[in-house]
Amino acid sequence: MTLAAANAALLWAALTTYAVLAGADFGGGVWDLLASGPRAAQQRRAVAEAMGPVWEANHVWLIFLVVGFFTAFPPAFAVLALALYLPLTLALVGIILRGAAFAFRAHGAEAEGASRWGLVFGSASLLAPFFLGAAAADVAAGHVHANGRPAGVFEGWATPEALLIGLLAVSLCAYLAATYLLVETADRPDLQADFRRRALGAGALAGVLAIATLALARSQAPRLFETLTGNGLPLLVLAILNGGVALWTVWRTRPRVARAAVIAQVVLVIWAWPLGQWPYLVPPDLTVAGSAAPSQALQAMLVVTGVGMALLAPSLWYLFHVFKGRLPQA
Amino acid sequence: MNNVTLARATMGTSLGFHIVFAVLGVGLPLLMFVAEGLWLWRRDPGWLELARRWSKAFGILFAVGAVSGTALSFELGLLWPGFMAFSGSIIGLPFSAEGFAFFLEAVFLALYLYGWDRLSPVAHWLTSIPIAVSGAASSLFVVMANAWMNSPAGFHLDAAGKLVSVDPLAAALNPSTATEDPHMLVSAYVVTGFLVAAVYAAGMLRGRTDLHHRRGLALGMAMAAPAIALAGITGDSSARFIYQAQPVKFAAMEGLYQTQRGAPIHLGGIPSDSQHRVLFAIEIPYGLSLLAAFDPNAQVQGLDSYPPDLRPNPVVVHLSFDTMAGLGTLLGLLALGFWILVVRGRRLPLQRRLLWALVVAGPAAAVTMEAGWFVTEFGRQPWIVYGLIRTSQAATSAPALGATFGVFLAIYALLALTSARLLLRLARGARQAGA
Ligand code: HDD
Ligand code: HEM
Ligand code: HEM
Repeated sequence: MTLAAANAALLWAALTTYAVLAGADFGGGVWDLLASGPRAAQQRRAVAEAMGPVWEANHVWLIFLVVGFFTAFPPAFAVLALALYLPLTLALVGIILRGAAFAFRAHGAEAEGASRWGLVFGSASLLAPFFLGAAAADVAAGHVHANGRPAGVFEGWATPEALLIGLLAVSLCAYLAATYLLVETADRPDLQADFRRRALGAGALAGVLAIATLALARSQAPRLFETLTGNGLPLLVLAILNGGVALWTVWRTRPRVARAAVIAQVVLVIWAWPLGQWPYLVPPDLTVAGSAAPSQALQAMLVVTGVGMALLAPSLWYLFHVFKGRLPQA
Repeated sequence: MNNVTLARATMGTSLGFHIVFAVLGVGLPLLMFVAEGLWLWRRDPGWLELARRWSKAFGILFAVGAVSGTALSFELGLLWPGFMAFSGSIIGLPFSAEGFAFFLEAVFLALYLYGWDRLSPVAHWLTSIPIAVSGAASSLFVVMANAWMNSPAGFHLDAAGKLVSVDPLAAALNPSTATEDPHMLVSAYVVTGFLVAAVYAAGMLRGRTDLHHRRGLALGMAMAAPAIALAGITGDSSARFIYQAQPVKFAAMEGLYQTQRGAPIHLGGIPSDSQHRVLFAIEIPYGLSLLAAFDPNAQVQGLDSYPPDLRPNPVVVHLSFDTMAGLGTLLGLLALGFWILVVRGRRLPLQRRLLWALVVAGPAAAVTMEAGWFVTEFGRQPWIVYGLIRTSQAATSAPALGATFGVFLAIYALLALTSARLLLRLARGARQAGA
């Protein structure tokens, strides 16, 4: 593997980790927003307990991704930042408001009025995955050109395909969160049943949106369609098969298996993309090799990551051991 | 407003906002470490109470610091794609190292905040060490990137100006790092120390002179006093370095128009480009030459030796510099006076006038630090990378920058107001608990 490919793989691994961990935190926001029925307050509390200790660490994967991207592929980073200025800024607004609102609500619990932040928390959780998904879709569809200039506010990125994939991202986040919560609420059957219903709904919606995306891509975004049905095809087929398994295990309330299956679903979808568009980083103009930084910077990135992970891995293990190792006390 | 102005305004606002939370993220964990350590040592629950209060405040501060820092890492690209396309690979090393520092900080902070009942007291106390260390490390790393913008190093260009090779370590350890990094780190402790002391001084003015408040005030001042002394020393070496490395920034800081030997210092006053001198200033003859080179007759370059389009705005830079140095001196005197009174009287001095001065000193320390950043950033203009890339060439051409600037302003105002309100409530709770 070349240095550039190794750096690209590293960034994709970070993206996957971010999606699997922080995606569920955004999904938690969705379920906070949609909490309903006699146990609405308990649903919200379950979300808050699950997210509380881990969301900030989960969030740092995004920082790592951004920083690693501009270190390893600076020209591609600049092109994306210019072409996707608006969707990325909107995602950022969502990220800021989501994080701040969650903290204000959690740490200001004694303060009256802090619960108004609950609404902000929930709605901002929709913004971030939606616009990140839309931005990713624009890249995969080949809409971002190296020498293009954004013509207008919505031009170039607000395509039907991108908006559909934005919705798909939101529903996948919600699906992830609901299946994680199946595990977290194993000792409270009525609450678990709430989240089982929610997981089924989100999973089914994600399936429908995925099929619609493929159908629309065929006519509207041929490049994306080729990506998924070309080199990405094996993973796409696996994703379709796994999707059925995941829904089935949720239906049968097998929390741990369901959680693994839904994670696998997200991993498959995310990796089908780079495999399908290889050797391009930002098709149609920028390849991985062609937009890579000088080799010393790529080496430095790998070294820092090695040293950093040696410190981080045991710390993360300890964090999840302390807070996710046993069931949270009520 | 054009895109360059809007991008600068957005970046400056975001940084000025973030830095307040960032410095507390550097300083507070150290105070929590000390307070909780004192509890373990003395078994006096009062110390534990202090650590717990601070950790609640820190939970809010860290989250706002994290989200505003995230905004910055996006904005580097969103606002300055041209700058990042060139510099990303050169200064990526400190930024990715910073990423891991954030990871460790976030992980151990979670253990600290949510682990009071899940970890043993000693294990809990130990988790504050990586928080304090990685907080300090992240500020050192990110300031390396800023130092590189002042002293670009560690890369080679070919004849066409294209980047051919980089030396990330040499870029991170560029000449400015040696002066900026220490000065920034001690400033973080200055600001934290004075802000903490201000909170308890305010409580004391309302008659809460209980042990809880006295301890909080004492710990804050114990951090602020040595730090402000070090800030003066490191700031002085910063200034001497600037005299050598960025003479035009130095001239703007001092409002010196003509290149001369035996240059005077101007205290205060307003530099006037049309009259080529500083109006209404107090002049100290030979002062500048003495300070810059330890030689009353040393030559100091003036603004006039640079074409006007290569000069920073001397009004902003000079006034910011005087604000930093002036307030810094006053803060130093206050800290010194405070500890002299403590040693003389063998107890905390509680005179109302002193307490009022301490209340004002908290925000003043933050203003001092912001002013220092104004010196660094406005003093570098018109360059985004000194001598290499102009700020005007680096800004994005994306549409709707005005609207997004407005949105960010509104968000920062909302976050500032809400965190202030929640922190005040926490402080009020502490007052009731301590009474
Ligand atoms: C409370 C904080 C504080 C205090 C008391 C001082 N400073 Fe400062 N100063 C800062 C906080 C700061 C800073 C953290 O805001 C800066 C911005 C960039 C940096 O590295 O530190 C800074 C920058 C800065 C610079 C520009 C560095 C550059 O552009 O590379 C100079 C020349 C000084 N300082 C000099 C001083 C002097 C002579 C002081 C003595 C009274 C002083 N500072 C006190
Ligand atoms: C240590 C990390 C920092 C980095 C990497 C950094 C980087 C930048 C960049 C890229 C710009 C835009 C280009 C320019 O105007 O030259 C900028 C501008 C600015 N920054 Fe910084 N900065 C840092 C710290 C700070 C801090 C802590 C402040 C706090 C007040 C600050 C205040 C400003 C201001 C006011 C501007 C606008 C300057 C102008 O318009 O003349 N910076 N900075
Ligand atoms: C361009 C300049 C800067 C960028 C891009 C930046 C980036 C970031 C990011 C992404 C975070 C969030 C980390 C998390 O989620 O845990 C953060 C937090 C933090 N930043 Fe900055 N930062 C900048 C300037 C500074 C400066 C000048 C300091 C100096 C003290 C600093 C110190 C910190 C600290 C200590 C935190 C931890 C959060 C807290 O404790 O409140 N940053 N920064």
